[in-house]
Amino acid sequence: MAVSRLQRAQTRLAYLLVLPATLLILVIYVIPIILVFLASLTDYTLVSDYYEFVGLENYRTMFGDEVFANAVGNTFFYAALFLPGAFVISLILAIAIQEQKQFRSVLEVLYFLPVTSTLAAMALVWAALMDSGQGVINNTLETVGIPGVNWFGNEDVVLYSLAIISLWSIIGFNMVLFLAGLTSIPQNLYEAAAMDGADHPIDKFFRVTWPMLGPTAMFVAVTSSITAFKLFDTVAILTQGGPDRASEVFLYLAFLEGFEYFNMGYSAALSLFFLGIIFLFALIQALFTDRNVHY
Amino acid sequence: MAQLELRHIKKSFGETAVLHNISLDVADGEFVSLVGQSGCGKSTLLRIIAGLEAPDSGDILIGGQSVTDSAPKDRNIAMVFQDYALYPHMSVGENMAMPLVMARLPLYARLPGMRSITPAGRGARPEIRAEIEKVAKQLRIDHLLDRQPAQLSGGQRQRVALGRALVRNPQVFLMDEPLSNLDAKLRVQVRTEITELHASSGLTFIYVTHDQVEAMTMSDRVALLQSGHLLQVGAPNTLYADPANMDVARFIGSPEINIAAGERGQGGVRFSETMLPVMLDGHGPVHVGIRPEAISVLDAPGLLALGQGTGPRLTLIRRMIEDLGPEILIHGHFAHAPDALIRVRAQKSDHYGHHDDLWKATSLKVRLNTAQLLFFDADGERLSAKMSDVVETV
Repeated sequence: MAVSRLQRAQTRLAYLLVLPATLLILVIYVIPIILVFLASLTDYTLVSDYYEFVGLENYRTMFGDEVFANAVGNTFFYAALFLPGAFVISLILAIAIQEQKQFRSVLEVLYFLPVTSTLAAMALVWAALMDSGQGVINNTLETVGIPGVNWFGNEDVVLYSLAIISLWSIIGFNMVLFLAGLTSIPQNLYEAAAMDGADHPIDKFFRVTWPMLGPTAMFVAVTSSITAFKLFDTVAILTQGGPDRASEVFLYLAFLEGFEYFNMGYSAALSLFFLGIIFLFALIQALFTDRNVHY
Repeated sequence: MAQLELRHIKKSFGETAVLHNISLDVADGEFVSLVGQSGCGKSTLLRIIAGLEAPDSGDILIGGQSVTDSAPKDRNIAMVFQDYALYPHMSVGENMAMPLVMARLPLYARLPGMRSITPAGRGARPEIRAEIEKVAKQLRIDHLLDRQPAQLSGGQRQRVALGRALVRNPQVFLMDEPLSNLDAKLRVQVRTEITELHASSGLTFIYVTHDQVEAMTMSDRVALLQSGHLLQVGAPNTLYADPANMDVARFIGSPEINIAAGERGQGGVRFSETMLPVMLDGHGPVHVGIRPEAISVLDAPGLLALGQGTGPRLTLIRRMIEDLGPEILIHGHFAHAPDALIRVRAQKSDHYGHHDDLWKATSLKVRLNTAQLLFFDADGERLSAKMSDVVETV
């Protein structure tokens, strides 16, 4: 009897202790998601107080809409450009810098610098560099005899330009993550590999580095994917989705629908679709990272 | 033949010299321990033999061939690391297969996934599997081949590390403190297994340890290092009974040797209240090294009367007694030298339980066994002693 009273008191205390965190999660995440979901079932607009329940009409519109298909296509095309670079270049840089003794910290700082800057401000610097007329990049290209590129004005090029800027801003961050992963690989595994005959750089990489880097690689892949699908600020500042919707990516479309065209209900449906994609990646990460941890 | 020769090995890390001119010959099939305190350079020396570290100067010869500039894999050696260094992402079988895969498959067949689709990879598979199973059976880990290292106990991981080293059929087997991560009981067991492995394989073993008991019990010869110098190389008993200097005498033997001050004089060495009948060269102060069993306690019915020598009698002031089971360890000092701590090891007799006088008495009569004493000069170098004709003076 005494025991169960104590247990009940402890249970009550436990609930009391998790209450603040629960409230915060409810207010910041759960309730807004529910509200957005409810809004997505209406034709609510910012310009009118009157709205009606329309069921899944917004979702039907979304999947039948060419503009939406174009935005999804652009986003995936951009991700396909951005992700391999964000992953492979960072990994190569990390391995190269890891082997440096003298200038390691200097190089680390230099590559990390873009991460510390504000991308919105840096986008303007890139706009100046990539200007089709006076830009440094085009001027340099023309000096060596290559015709300049209309970086933001050509619809076949604009996603590449945005990918280059995004790569510049994320490589340092991923590189630091990879460096942390590389540093945590025990040195004696490489020594054991050398004794076993795996002293060729390719063998070292595939026998020791890559398998031991598994959890880090998964983390980098997932966070970079989420970053890719979150592309917004450089689009908003540099291209506004242009030319001719060629750089209109998913999140920018949701922004346009909600805050430019005031179709809040439709925008809410777009946001939930976006949330679903992000959730998928988070799920992949949660499922795989735990399994890849050794010892 | 796989004798190992080290010729004038020198190594510095930056300003710090860690190995000063080390030369050592190890015969084919010999078991040699490199022993010393941490930081003495023993692990660095082993890593130089393995090829994981390059010496600043000097030569390493295996089977008469210089391997100084060879990569580790070309030296025909195997190494067991202190924390085993098993690949955590591979099964036990894959861990053990690693040296064979590396040696027998061309690079393109070693790339991920290529082992199962290239003819070279598929062809080598059955024989590699067979060899691993043979070694695994020998080490009694054949039931563990599909497990991951994380699922194994410390002793099993140790065996997998031994197995990975054995499959490559090395000429020289290097071990870097392989027992230090095992608990005390397992350590004694694995010690025996390693000794048996040495006997059955007939390979040359180089074994690094900081534990002099391991070195003494397992090796044919022990090489004692201190601060990068090779102090003495010899059979375990030589190092114990005939140490080259005081550092060797101190390192070998547990409990540690007692060191007390003496003075060379006419007719012998003046020591405490007595004169030791020993002739030494030179004159001036000496260090007298007394092994804990070179002192026998007199008139103690609970103890076995050992070492019925003709040495001088002294008075020992007892400070503390440790009961070690079959024997006891008495800590104290000689009446006239209160500064030098003296440990005496004495065997219990059958009557031990009936006599507690020992535990009451604060001063004990003891006798030194003069023949077992070691003498060192002020610099710690060993002095050769001749027994003088002078009969003991009590």
